[in-house]
Amino acid sequence: MKPILRIGSGAGFSGDRLEPAVALAEHGALDYLVLECLAERTIALAQLRRVADPAAGFDPLLVRRLRPLLPFIKARGLRLVTNMGAANPLAAARRVVELARELGTPVRVAAVTGDEVLELLDPAQPTLETGQPLAHYPQLVSANAYLGVEALLPALASDAQVIISGRVADPSLFLAPVVHHFGWSLDDHERLGQGTVMGHLLECAGQLTGGYYADPGVKDVPGLAWLGFPWADVDAEGGMELGKIPASGGIISLATVKEQLLYEVTDPAAYVTPDVVADFCGVRLRATGPDRVRVEGGRGSPRSSTLKVSVGYRAGFVGEGEMSYGGHNCVARGRLAGEIVRERLAGEFAQLQVDLLGVSSLHGEERGAQSRPYEVRLRVAGRAEDAARAARVGEEVEALYTNGPAGGGGARKSVVEQVGIVSCLLPRDRVRTGVEMFGP
Amino acid sequence: MKHKLFHLAHSRAGDKGDTSILSLIAYRPEDYPRLCAQVSAQAVKALLAGLVQGEVRRFELPDLEALLFVCEHALATGVTTSLRLDAHGKSLSSALLEMEIEMDRDIDTRIPTHAHAHTPTQGS
Repeated sequence: MKPILRIGSGAGFSGDRLEPAVALAEHGALDYLVLECLAERTIALAQLRRVADPAAGFDPLLVRRLRPLLPFIKARGLRLVTNMGAANPLAAARRVVELARELGTPVRVAAVTGDEVLELLDPAQPTLETGQPLAHYPQLVSANAYLGVEALLPALASDAQVIISGRVADPSLFLAPVVHHFGWSLDDHERLGQGTVMGHLLECAGQLTGGYYADPGVKDVPGLAWLGFPWADVDAEGGMELGKIPASGGIISLATVKEQLLYEVTDPAAYVTPDVVADFCGVRLRATGPDRVRVEGGRGSPRSSTLKVSVGYRAGFVGEGEMSYGGHNCVARGRLAGEIVRERLAGEFAQLQVDLLGVSSLHGEERGAQSRPYEVRLRVAGRAEDAARAARVGEEVEALYTNGPAGGGGARKSVVEQVGIVSCLLPRDRVRTGVEMFGP
Repeated sequence: MKHKLFHLAHSRAGDKGDTSILSLIAYRPEDYPRLCAQVSAQAVKALLAGLVQGEVRRFELPDLEALLFVCEHALATGVTTSLRLDAHGKSLSSALLEMEIEMDRDIDTRIPTHAHAHTPTQGS
């Protein structure tokens, strides 16, 4: 058995850059490349696409992302793990087999199923966010349980070189190959806790290597245009060191690791995944060289008997309109424009968001009042049940051209359908996962 | 003298539903006690008044020289349904670093982050 397993992170969200994963596959000496591409809402949107076309519903970038990677599976002895199956892992697996055949490098693909649980939910069940029952959200479009390592292990035990799932907890995608390789027990919560630290650090890819970190003059990061993505070298005890390809952009430092370690953590003593309740409080970091950091001290306690379920519902349409004002008195003209639109739409929208970009759009009026920008941009947003009513926002902003304050320019309008997300819990034993094999 | 938190610490904002999670990480270990003393949960709630509607809880992570603020009802109903331009509240980290901190010394506003970050002292 290899004493050190190297897990690379090739994507941190569905829209992530494509080429860092290729560099890792080619030059990273990886054992596993993990592509994490599912945000909370992504799967609900994918489900809407699947409703329109039963062969769709997987990540729209699947082919573009995997095409340059598949040749390295054979050339480098690499395995891929990804949640790009989104709402349709089976169709995604078929598409990858087809793509590999086109490329003349056939692969075996395992699709992990069982995260779809919409029919298992009780409408009277309370949601975690508001306590209101699910029935309060009438147009449910999807419900996906966060699967863990356990669901991925049978696929890893197969001869598949590509493993495609739908909803799996992000850290579990990285932890599963480690558990499989070293044969860790699913009761070994100390190691699973430390392994979850690893998965959590890697799951946002570039956010560990200086992406989303740079602040010029204070936190400088070289080579952000060609940011390298990270890997973790993990040993049988869970000891780990983070690194990246030396020639790539970005940095791995104590500071970048700390920012990512605490990212989206609501309780550092109890980071709940399907595998373990991880405790980050004892984590210690040590810089061991340029772009090398050792991570120790992650712990854990036994996993919960329930799985978290992410439920998507139709939340209407948001209409937006924007218009810019410049030069002397631009803030006053922008404000006046906002007041006009607000007055015109008062009878149609219970709530309107009216902002001046450059003054108040991020943190509100009081904080922005100190500054006197040279230009501002009015933004108005409102929600409606149908697209036509939502479009009224953009129409009214655009009509400021000939009816509003002087010098408005650059009007833009849009209407976007919204999918909201709420969560609930489901007893673990009600979720049945499976694996289907595809390819030669 | 007062300095903005920006010069003492860095921050990243994350989100879960309607909750915003803000880290606050000291650049220099010696400033961590100052952050603990002055950047209380109440101080953060006051700073972010109008943005954060709910409770603010603070966690201390001395091994990381970091604090973590978990701010409830901070995202105008949540990422997927908020009408705010920055629905994730990603930019709230910058709002946090606007807080003014009482200092007994002047500080170099150009922070040698990388030199500090590569010194292999911590946790070894």
